[in-house]
Amino acid sequence: MALYIAKRLLAAIPVILGLTVIVFLIIALIPGGTAVAILGPLASAEAVAELEAELGLDRPIFIQYFEWLGNLLQGDLGRSYILKRPVLDEVLERFNATMILAGTALVLCSIMGLLAGVVSAVRQYGWADKTITFIVLIGISMPAFWLGLLMILVFAVNLRWFPVSGMFAVYGGGDLPDLLRHLVLPAVTLAIVATGVIARMTRTSMLEVLRQDYIRTARAKGLSERRVIYLHAFKAAMVAVIPVIAVQAGFVVSNAVYVEAVFQWPGIGTMLVNAISTRDVVLVQGGVLIVATAYILFNLAADVVQTMIDPRLR
Amino acid sequence: MTATAPPKAASGRPDSLRLLLNNTLATAGLIVLGVIVLIALAAPILPLPDPNVTAPADRLLPVGTPGHLLGTDALGRDMLSRLIWGSQISLAVGVAAMLIAAFFGSLIGLVAGYARGRVDNILMRGIDMMQAFPYILLALAIVAVLGPGLLNALYAIAVINIPFFARNVRGVAIGYARREFVDAARLSGKSHAQILFGEILPNVMPVIVIAMSTTVGWMILETAGLSFLGLGAQPPQADLGSMLGEGRKILFTSPHVSVIPGLTIFAVVMSINLLGDGVRDVLDPRLRSGALARPGARTKVDRDDVPAQPAASDTDVLQVRDLRTEFRIGSSVYKAVGGIDLDIRQGECVGLVGESGSGKSVSAMSIMGLVPTPPGAIRGGAAYLKGEDLFAADDERIRGLRGNAVSHVFQDPLSTLHPLFSVGDQLIEAIRVHQPLGRAAARDKAIDLLKRVRIPNPEERLKAYPHELSGGIRQRICIAMALANDATLLIADEPTTALDVTVQAQVLSLLDKLRREHSTAILFITHDFGVVSAICDRIAVMYAGRIVETGPTAEILASPAHPYTSKLIDCVPVLGQPERRLDAIAGRPPVVNNLPPGCAFAERCPKAEDDCRTAPVPMFARGPERAVRCLHPMDDTDADT
Repeated sequence: MALYIAKRLLAAIPVILGLTVIVFLIIALIPGGTAVAILGPLASAEAVAELEAELGLDRPIFIQYFEWLGNLLQGDLGRSYILKRPVLDEVLERFNATMILAGTALVLCSIMGLLAGVVSAVRQYGWADKTITFIVLIGISMPAFWLGLLMILVFAVNLRWFPVSGMFAVYGGGDLPDLLRHLVLPAVTLAIVATGVIARMTRTSMLEVLRQDYIRTARAKGLSERRVIYLHAFKAAMVAVIPVIAVQAGFVVSNAVYVEAVFQWPGIGTMLVNAISTRDVVLVQGGVLIVATAYILFNLAADVVQTMIDPRLR
Repeated sequence: MTATAPPKAASGRPDSLRLLLNNTLATAGLIVLGVIVLIALAAPILPLPDPNVTAPADRLLPVGTPGHLLGTDALGRDMLSRLIWGSQISLAVGVAAMLIAAFFGSLIGLVAGYARGRVDNILMRGIDMMQAFPYILLALAIVAVLGPGLLNALYAIAVINIPFFARNVRGVAIGYARREFVDAARLSGKSHAQILFGEILPNVMPVIVIAMSTTVGWMILETAGLSFLGLGAQPPQADLGSMLGEGRKILFTSPHVSVIPGLTIFAVVMSINLLGDGVRDVLDPRLRSGALARPGARTKVDRDDVPAQPAASDTDVLQVRDLRTEFRIGSSVYKAVGGIDLDIRQGECVGLVGESGSGKSVSAMSIMGLVPTPPGAIRGGAAYLKGEDLFAADDERIRGLRGNAVSHVFQDPLSTLHPLFSVGDQLIEAIRVHQPLGRAAARDKAIDLLKRVRIPNPEERLKAYPHELSGGIRQRICIAMALANDATLLIADEPTTALDVTVQAQVLSLLDKLRREHSTAILFITHDFGVVSAICDRIAVMYAGRIVETGPTAEILASPAHPYTSKLIDCVPVLGQPERRLDAIAGRPPVVNNLPPGCAFAERCPKAEDDCRTAPVPMFARGPERAVRCLHPMDDTDADT
């Protein structure tokens, strides 16, 4: 198993290197160049040239890339001109907030999706199945940013159960209960829109597995129906569901951008949107790189879990 | 039991459309989508106020105000007008992004699938790279480079959807690139471009269209999302997303400004999804045949009659009377088992023999309710296990008997063992369901069982997974599992068919030894008379769901009475008799949803007469142990009189 993990890690290195090339090119490809992007279209030609020399942008692009990569390996992602602080510090701070939100949502949507999918499969064509299928369809079609606004209107403004926005109360907050109170609405919003795909895949996969010969064997052995479904069928169904959960992680992180905007959650999504408006490309670069790397590593972890469940993959 | 769809629904566009319209939800989706698209398209000719004229005096009027049906926004602009114009932009942008993604994605997929080799490799690695990002990050990066704006958002959304098209199209194109008609086109001197767009593209088109329909709603949603973030449509231009984004600032005082555009996006995407699901259901033949239905824990019993219980002595293990099992698929009824009688005594091995589709497996699986419901159901008859009517027993009682008094061995040991549990876990589980043993004690017992079926290194083998073992060992493990609780009846459904001949012989002698030592009764299902002669005391030959001949093995082998039995025996090759004629039986067994009124074998029978085809043929007793369902049996020399 350790060997397998090591192999997968090695295989991830070229992907991450490719990622750095793409992310680096984002800066290099900006029309008019980085200096113009930073200084604005009204800057004088001298000022632009001066800044380009200062940033080393007048040298060949591959030299710039390797220099940038070298800095990256030392943990230097550059400096944000707008925020006047190192990109890595800002990104890591925001990354934490996003992980709390997206991580909670991913756990929630996995649990809800698996439950809904199994119930739906076991009660195929029954009223529970029909209800779940319809709710799932609503969830899949729901824009996260709109659902977030509705949640705020109902649960924060009308019922006053949860705070409207932010990650901590402005006065006197900062502890775990405070964080949890702020987390509920954005995390639930995010989970609702992400549940549908997992529920559908679980249902399909369970129905597929329940027709297999080894399920007939389990029944022929005299196992209880509960054991047949929740142990034998569910374990086999998970093999197909886990890759879908990994894909959904990307979906959750993507929709976190909208949800963060709605709930003013101080995560990487709001950071990126602001950075794009202020044309702070170095910050965009750093943020994209860190999140994409985390996503690749998460997918790798999902592969490892799948291999642990399915001995045939070893 | 081949799942043949009813011929009426097999093809034809009008039928598919009608099926789609039968689906209420899909029809609702079609109507809602149609109305929204029509209204959005008709925006220029509708009597709407200018969506961009501000009227500070009329700001934030509520829904239902005369003259402003949906109220006004923060600048006093008419919401209804802005909504309709905004929908037009959102729909147009979503569809345009979809077309761009479809064009470039399909192009990449076509070229990669057609060229294969290095080109394919490079293109697909690039696609992999794109998919290494959570998709919105790629879109944000693109917008960061190009700057905010509706067109740039459109490009970004188009780009992130290219991989989806590229993958789907490549998968299909790769198959077509190897087909004969492509080779033919190449030999006739057509250029690569001509082959790609003239020969392959038309075949791949359906895949592209399906991919388009599944992504368009999604792309409308995502472009609206970018606009919502302020990265798409810029004022004064407004799509549904940017309207929602602007309304957000005044959410608490005037929720209608943001709720209404959101509701519209939701309605569009939901109707597209409903329609898409409906189309998918219509196109999926498995849904129509019922092949996707979940089999229940036990076959449904819906008997119209219960035969009188036969007298049972102590040695009678299983008595089946007039068993009828049917499958209902669509409007067809398949009479897989059409009323069979079967008796098995203690320590006896009875062979149930027939071609595939004769109903032998279904008969055997019916006994313990292992025929999948839906579509199967027991429609009549009874099975008595030591005098107990199994079809009248409750589910819990049946569960207690399964694997305990009655155990099963199935045909393909690779698919019948669970692939994700070690064989030890599966064996121990089989023991502990019916015996109050701890794990360690059950493990010891499992090792004993493996020794009994003569598996070397049993301790080691317990840890193995099914895919790590050979076919013969796997089947021995299945047999060990069937022996776990000292069953009185063992139902073996073609247990040797998937095995090598040498392994077959070992498995047969193993089963034979076990029943002699433990006086287990065995119901042995097979299509192979060679196997029958090795192990069975008595035989029942099945054809089209009925038993056509029954009797002691030696007698039937020596002088088969039914022409079908005789033909089956002729199919077995015998070593050292090269002059023996091997006859395949001409023709095919009848489909059991449309059986003839008379003998079902008459169409293939060399001795068939007119009287065979007119009325059902009863069983004729031929001595105490033998019976045959034939009017003109093989030894009937005066058939012509």
